[in-house]
Amino acid sequence: MADNLKDIEIKPGDFEPLDKTAGPDNERIAAPSLTFGQDVWRRLKSNKTAFTSFIVLVLMFLIAFGGQAVYHHDPNAQEPKYANLPPKIPGVGLHGLNGHLNQSGKDVDVYAAAGAGKDVHYILGTDYLGRDLLARIMYGTRISLEIALIATLIDLTIGVGFGILSGWKGGRVDLFMQRVIEILSSIPQLVVMVLMATAFTKTGMASIIAAIAITGWTTMARLTRAQTLQLKNQDFILAARTLGESAPKIAWKHLLPNLSSVIIIQTMFTIPSAIFFEAFLSYIGIGISSPQASLGTLISDGQKNFQFLPYQMWYPAIVLIILMLAFNLLGDGMRDAFDPKSKR
Amino acid sequence: MENPENVIEVRNLEIDFHTYAGEVKAIRDVSFDLRKGETLAIVGESGSGKSVTTRSLMGLLAPNAEIKKGSIMFHGEDIIKKSEKDMQHIRGKDIAMIFQDPMTSLDPTMRIGMQIAEPLMKHKGLKKKEAVAQALEMLKLVGITDPEARINDYPYQFSGGMRQRIVIAIALVCYPEVLIADEPTTALDVTIQAQILDLMKDLQNRIDTSIIFITHDLGVVAGMADRVAVMYAGKIVEYGTVDEIFFNPQHPYTWGLLNSMPTLDTASGSLRAIPGTPPDLLDPPTGDAFAARSDYAMKIDTEKQPPFFKVSDTHYAATWLLHPDAPKVTPPAEIVRRQKKFAEMQKPEAPFAHTASKE
Amino acid sequence: MRKYLLKRIFYLFLTLFIVATVTFFLMKLMPGTPLQNEAKLTATEKAAILAQYGLDKPVWLQYFIYIGGIFKGSLGLSFQFSDQAVSYLIGSRMGPSMQLGGQALVVGIILGIILGAIGAIRKDTWADRLATILSILGIAVPSFVLAILLQYYLGLKTGWFPVAGWEGFAYTILPTLALAASPLAETARFIRTDMVDVLSSDYIELAKAKGLSKFGIVYHHALRNSLIPMVTLIGPLAAALMTGSMVVENIFSVPGIGEQFVKSILVNDYPTIMGVTIFYSALLCLLLLLTDIVYGIIDPRIRLSGNGD
Repeated sequence: MADNLKDIEIKPGDFEPLDKTAGPDNERIAAPSLTFGQDVWRRLKSNKTAFTSFIVLVLMFLIAFGGQAVYHHDPNAQEPKYANLPPKIPGVGLHGLNGHLNQSGKDVDVYAAAGAGKDVHYILGTDYLGRDLLARIMYGTRISLEIALIATLIDLTIGVGFGILSGWKGGRVDLFMQRVIEILSSIPQLVVMVLMATAFTKTGMASIIAAIAITGWTTMARLTRAQTLQLKNQDFILAARTLGESAPKIAWKHLLPNLSSVIIIQTMFTIPSAIFFEAFLSYIGIGISSPQASLGTLISDGQKNFQFLPYQMWYPAIVLIILMLAFNLLGDGMRDAFDPKSKR
Repeated sequence: MENPENVIEVRNLEIDFHTYAGEVKAIRDVSFDLRKGETLAIVGESGSGKSVTTRSLMGLLAPNAEIKKGSIMFHGEDIIKKSEKDMQHIRGKDIAMIFQDPMTSLDPTMRIGMQIAEPLMKHKGLKKKEAVAQALEMLKLVGITDPEARINDYPYQFSGGMRQRIVIAIALVCYPEVLIADEPTTALDVTIQAQILDLMKDLQNRIDTSIIFITHDLGVVAGMADRVAVMYAGKIVEYGTVDEIFFNPQHPYTWGLLNSMPTLDTASGSLRAIPGTPPDLLDPPTGDAFAARSDYAMKIDTEKQPPFFKVSDTHYAATWLLHPDAPKVTPPAEIVRRQKKFAEMQKPEAPFAHTASKE
Repeated sequence: MRKYLLKRIFYLFLTLFIVATVTFFLMKLMPGTPLQNEAKLTATEKAAILAQYGLDKPVWLQYFIYIGGIFKGSLGLSFQFSDQAVSYLIGSRMGPSMQLGGQALVVGIILGIILGAIGAIRKDTWADRLATILSILGIAVPSFVLAILLQYYLGLKTGWFPVAGWEGFAYTILPTLALAASPLAETARFIRTDMVDVLSSDYIELAKAKGLSKFGIVYHHALRNSLIPMVTLIGPLAAALMTGSMVVENIFSVPGIGEQFVKSILVNDYPTIMGVTIFYSALLCLLLLLTDIVYGIIDPRIRLSGNGD
């Protein structure tokens, strides 16, 4: 705290008053301004796990929906003489991928034993009916994703609509709608699904989608309602109301954009849960049935031979697990990215 | 210690925060002393670094903070160099702290008696029973009515003012040498504020503790503090006794603060806000950080950091305006009025000699 | 508080009534009767069997008889096991299910709390990452996949644990592990999120300022505050366990309710499906009510609110 004036070198003109008009604008905000979307995207990119999950999901979607254009194998074509062939990739000698199996202590070339020619190879092997497992997994993944996405979309529409209505109307309407949710959510989700799936035609996509969608929307409705209640009394909504905008227009223009983060995050968790329930229902035998395939039926089929041909269950199980992992991790990343509190 | 009167000596403290946008230079070369039994007020707007400074005294900086330089001497030992374990023996025992928001600073799931007893059990090795008995005494001391009945209550059963009394009881239960009060009245109603301040002064006399009082509210400082340090953009810009800061301020920022504070004497219409916003500490300006917002800025303010110029033995200010070569400027009218009053106070027979603390 | 309880109990019955009604009519929509080997039976034999199940009456009367029966604790007769009451079937299979469910809940919650707390305390370190990976795997790996893997690798291949059956504690270990994964993961995630919040709260700051040790802060302040909201998780966890038990019991041949449920679905044993549905719903409703009451007792913030604080 010394005030050693002699050490300070003063140049002439140092004490001239500062010309404020020429100086830097002191109202300038130093950080570059980003839109909400840009900020979320940038933060998502900086989260390595979430970004990797995003890339993985994009790849899985591409393979599931576009894979058949490249890999021309009919997932339903049966070739009984080539049943239960292990994976074989030409040119790969690695055990497990060379078409050999360990049968009672001996290494057996299963392809040769089945009388398959040199040009016959199944990258992921075949199932018990001689169907190409890779083709079936691509097909099954597509069915699983379709079911999950459609169910989620329905779930989202019902949940968000219900939530906004309940939160916006308030009063008796809200009270009644809350009771409905309370009652619905004290019924085990799976029980409803099983009932739905058994009651309606027993098979096919529609009943599974209905079963998943009917039980899944309550969480979304609850979150949307809570958020709507909060937003309802905020100034920008009040302003819109005072200006005489119609309720649907306010909901669409002001409410939804502000609900979007909650909705998107919840969706990221609804999708894997739908995937799980589809697999579950198909696994216990009341979901998708043959010749259609989903990840659940593939795992169920593969389980029968798991002891001898573990790859038949491992591959569809791994696909299912990766899907679940990627969606959950992306959901976590989105939640962090959308949460302005976690800005570091 | 440079001065045996000092309890704490902070020297050239520099603290950076690693954020995802870059290094925020939150504290830039801060030095001050805390003397035995005094109340030192640190005043500044939010983000000026006053809270960070005191957190560093407690060793409670956020994990992304880094002390770049400097020392904090307490009992001849540098707190910065102490391990977490050693700090745990100082916290709550020798240096205690009161937080801003009494509504959130008590554990909602623990009985208040236990919360007050906790430091005693930790630092004095008391059994639970003895500790709770002492906690009861403390409750009486901070003015909780019917303490026997309330010692087993939970925080939600108390009002904000009562909760802040409990927080004070927790802080003082081990009779600490230093009490850090971080805006202890900001979250309270104005009437409750006065009660809490009175209580703190009263307890300070009883248990002989030094207080560092952090606030952005100069009005609170007047009745509470012995000395005042004004912080701006991570630096102390001016410090002195209460009278010196209130009636003979030198730094344009202090002028701005005083100018924006209403008093009974303020001429109508002379209340003025400080224009602009504080600088971005990611990239602090060279020179006087306040220059951009100051009407009195000179060319040198944007080029060189002003050193502390001595105003009196107890009063220093870091502004180029005090350089002998600098042109004489006329401060805002309100400041001129205050300085006149100060001149009168300096005369021994002045009738206003002790009005300062009532301002 | 009493008024609130009465209201909750009323809703509990309302919920069960709705479940029973919807289930009943859904099942009526479905084809299938208790008549097996239909072709071989004469008309009188058929009529006798239908009468035994009360299926000769009009549907609305069947409905009232069914609802009335529930109040007396009767859930009708099973189609599959011709002369067994569904309530008896459920009762005789409750033991193994409850034991597995209970064990899985205890193991899952305790490990989950430890994992979640480690994650929160050591946030952004390798320990946190490991805990996060474990808990996310618990969510991503479906219970039936995990059950099959455990059965094969820890049962069949190594012979460490019995592969299937129900003949003592050793037989419960693998199914318990398979069931515990999901509650473990959910608990760990919940506790981590909640504790990260708690650890950044003002009262933790105050606890630090008191000079408490890290352990003291976590044990006396953070854990307690994070565990209280955990109670609300028990309902959803139990529901998830019911889901899991259906496949896990099936895979490990545990004579429990879940295994029976899957069997009944596959053979269209409607009375049993209905009975188990109502049983599961009642169990979940009771658990939710119980957690609400417990929450009120252990959280001092809402303890008195029922009396008008």
